[in-house]
Amino acid sequence: MILVTVGTQLPFDRLIQMMDAMAPDLGEPVIAQIGRAKYLPVNMEWHRVIAPLDFENLVDRARVIVSHAGIGTILTAERHGRSLILFPRAVELAEHRNDHQMATASALDGRAGIAVARDQASLRRFIADPPPPPPATRDCRGREAVCTEIAGFLTKALGQVRT
Amino acid sequence: MKRARATTEILAIASGGGHWDELMLLRSAFTGRSVVYATTNPQLSMRDNIVDLAVLPDCNRDQVRKSLRCMWASLQLVLQLRPKVVVTTGALPGLFCLIAGRVIGAQTVWVDSIANSDAPSLSGRVARPFTSLWLTQWEHLAGGRRVLYRGALL
Repeated sequence: MILVTVGTQLPFDRLIQMMDAMAPDLGEPVIAQIGRAKYLPVNMEWHRVIAPLDFENLVDRARVIVSHAGIGTILTAERHGRSLILFPRAVELAEHRNDHQMATASALDGRAGIAVARDQASLRRFIADPPPPPPATRDCRGREAVCTEIAGFLTKALGQVRT
Repeated sequence: MKRARATTEILAIASGGGHWDELMLLRSAFTGRSVVYATTNPQLSMRDNIVDLAVLPDCNRDQVRKSLRCMWASLQLVLQLRPKVVVTTGALPGLFCLIAGRVIGAQTVWVDSIANSDAPSLSGRVARPFTSLWLTQWEHLAGGRRVLYRGALL
């Protein structure tokens, strides 16, 4: 199954339309969370908003996920060890308030489990041949360093944790 | 839900979606503390086993009326809880709670979303004068004493 998501905040008709056009010849079910899309798919199962727990289940069942470059989806795909194809929103097409998704996609291009598609041809290619899924254990040193900084700040502000 | 005053050490707040996922990655920093979480989508609390959750109305900067409602709710929440520290990963609801927290004398932490790799977020820039600890997740955006980089959550 292919899971498509564009988040719930802003429409992303370009990607939804592209996936809907491709859906009949992909040879497997396609399920889409279309958010505020104006275009309504005819060739794939769609939902405006999928509840968080249901979404987790779908991610877990998906062979590959096609998504806008939203951080929530990126973290969810990694949590479930799923291959992810990012298709960033473009500010010049009024798909977001600024171009941060382009920057995010460029910054994450080449990260394990992630491929970045910017047009229909590369999207189709990555769906047929997705990047290998991310490893279950990842280098978390950055995350730990941020948590250590905040924990230290909290100790200064609140005192030691009472045990 | 009414909560007793003066028992909440930390208000940890993020809007639903990616901001909330980033906040969840900070949870280990809160071990042993009394934390109230706040977000805009209550269903997320079930996914992440959050017991003490306050719900705020969602908003973004394109929605004036919703933003005012969210600002008001944020102020009420902060006045009710009187947290000693407000920690947020954004976006606009987090900014409202952070400023309200600062006004009542709380210490404040802003962790700018990893999505902002070209420049700090607008909410983050507005938050800066009200923030005690301001962290970016991109080394090239760090600078001075006010914008620190320690690593990225992703």
